[in-house]
Amino acid sequence: MRGDVLTAKLLARLDNFTLDVSLQAPVGVTTLFGPSGSGKTSTLRAISGLVKLDSGFVKLNDTAWTTLPPERRELGYVFQSSALFPHLTVEQNVEFGARTPEEVARWMKRLRLESARERKPSTLSGGEAQRVALARALARRPRVLLLDEPFSSLDAGLREELVGEIKELVEAEQLVTLLVTHSREEAERLGGRFLHLVGGKIP
Amino acid sequence: MFAVLLAPLVLSLQIAVVATLLAGSLALGLIALTHGRRSAALFDAVLTAPLVLPPTVLGYYLLTVLGRRSALGGAWEALTGSSFVFTRTGAVIAATITALPLVLQSARAAIDAVDPTLLDAARTLGATRLAALRRVALPLASRGVAAGLLLGFARACGDFGVTLMIAGNIPGETQTASLALYDAVLAGRDADARVLAVALTLVAVVMIGAVQWLGRRAHAR
Repeated sequence: MRGDVLTAKLLARLDNFTLDVSLQAPVGVTTLFGPSGSGKTSTLRAISGLVKLDSGFVKLNDTAWTTLPPERRELGYVFQSSALFPHLTVEQNVEFGARTPEEVARWMKRLRLESARERKPSTLSGGEAQRVALARALARRPRVLLLDEPFSSLDAGLREELVGEIKELVEAEQLVTLLVTHSREEAERLGGRFLHLVGGKIP
Repeated sequence: MFAVLLAPLVLSLQIAVVATLLAGSLALGLIALTHGRRSAALFDAVLTAPLVLPPTVLGYYLLTVLGRRSALGGAWEALTGSSFVFTRTGAVIAATITALPLVLQSARAAIDAVDPTLLDAARTLGATRLAALRRVALPLASRGVAAGLLLGFARACGDFGVTLMIAGNIPGETQTASLALYDAVLAGRDADARVLAVALTLVAVVMIGAVQWLGRRAHAR
């Protein structure tokens, strides 16, 4: 069993506020909770390397990630908008960053996407699109999973289903998972730890 | 008569094909180097200037940089035994410089219009900045890039002033269709001038039609 711990001290001056967050996330779900504009998404982007830090660090256990570009950090990122590549089929999306063909087959099956393999993202429902985005992130065999409001476009039934799915996956794969949400209810259903962000800071 | 007119037309098309390929490569290389960086605006401003500069000014700059007495022109001549000036190589350079702004502007606009979140997603999935552009932005922007190449081809095919300044107007060597048309008008060969004008107009209309067709297909998606 892995006992990964993600530690980050993030200081970044962004367009309309300064992100100043220190956090430690062990295996399991850590929920970043807070109102719109509080810096939740910026925190995930800084951890993934998509936002450049003015100072601070990101590390997984003793491995420094701070100077690594996003493509060299062992993470999977599910964006709020799914961000599926519209010119590729479902299967090609999952293959995009996959470590091996076996990982593609495994996550296509696990997330019940086999019958949709030839479909283009524009033909998928919101729930299907988020499952593809999740499969695509997991096929990369990440150690850290970043989830940016993955349930926001889903109706209540689908949301319930995906919450259960993610909870199960995180436990089975022993992933350090950071989930961004502005819904207290969603955060509580996933359990784990909570971090409340206000104005780019954890008060 | 047609054999005499065919040679400059074929030469124009040959030069335009090579110039379009060169302009496309230069434009995509530059976009890859500067995408998302502040320097993009500066490069674009300099390389788009040929669109509004008088052809004589552009020709003068090219002569200054590539002429026999210039460092670059001298080095090229020492290396190949040939000059940029009054040669087909010069004509290709002239056509490339005039096509580049159209290719660059169109390709840049199409690539910039790709949702940046898709490029971010590609980065988190292991793609380098360049690989993300190649695997995600370029396929999604392919219609815009193709439209730029078609416009660039039409522009390269019809260039007159810059080609005249650097490559001259040598029949059978650097005389393109536009230059042959100019000669025909000066010599009072109206029938020849008409054929060349119609041929160049056809190329331009077909290219613009293709650009519009690409635009309609993009909207229909």
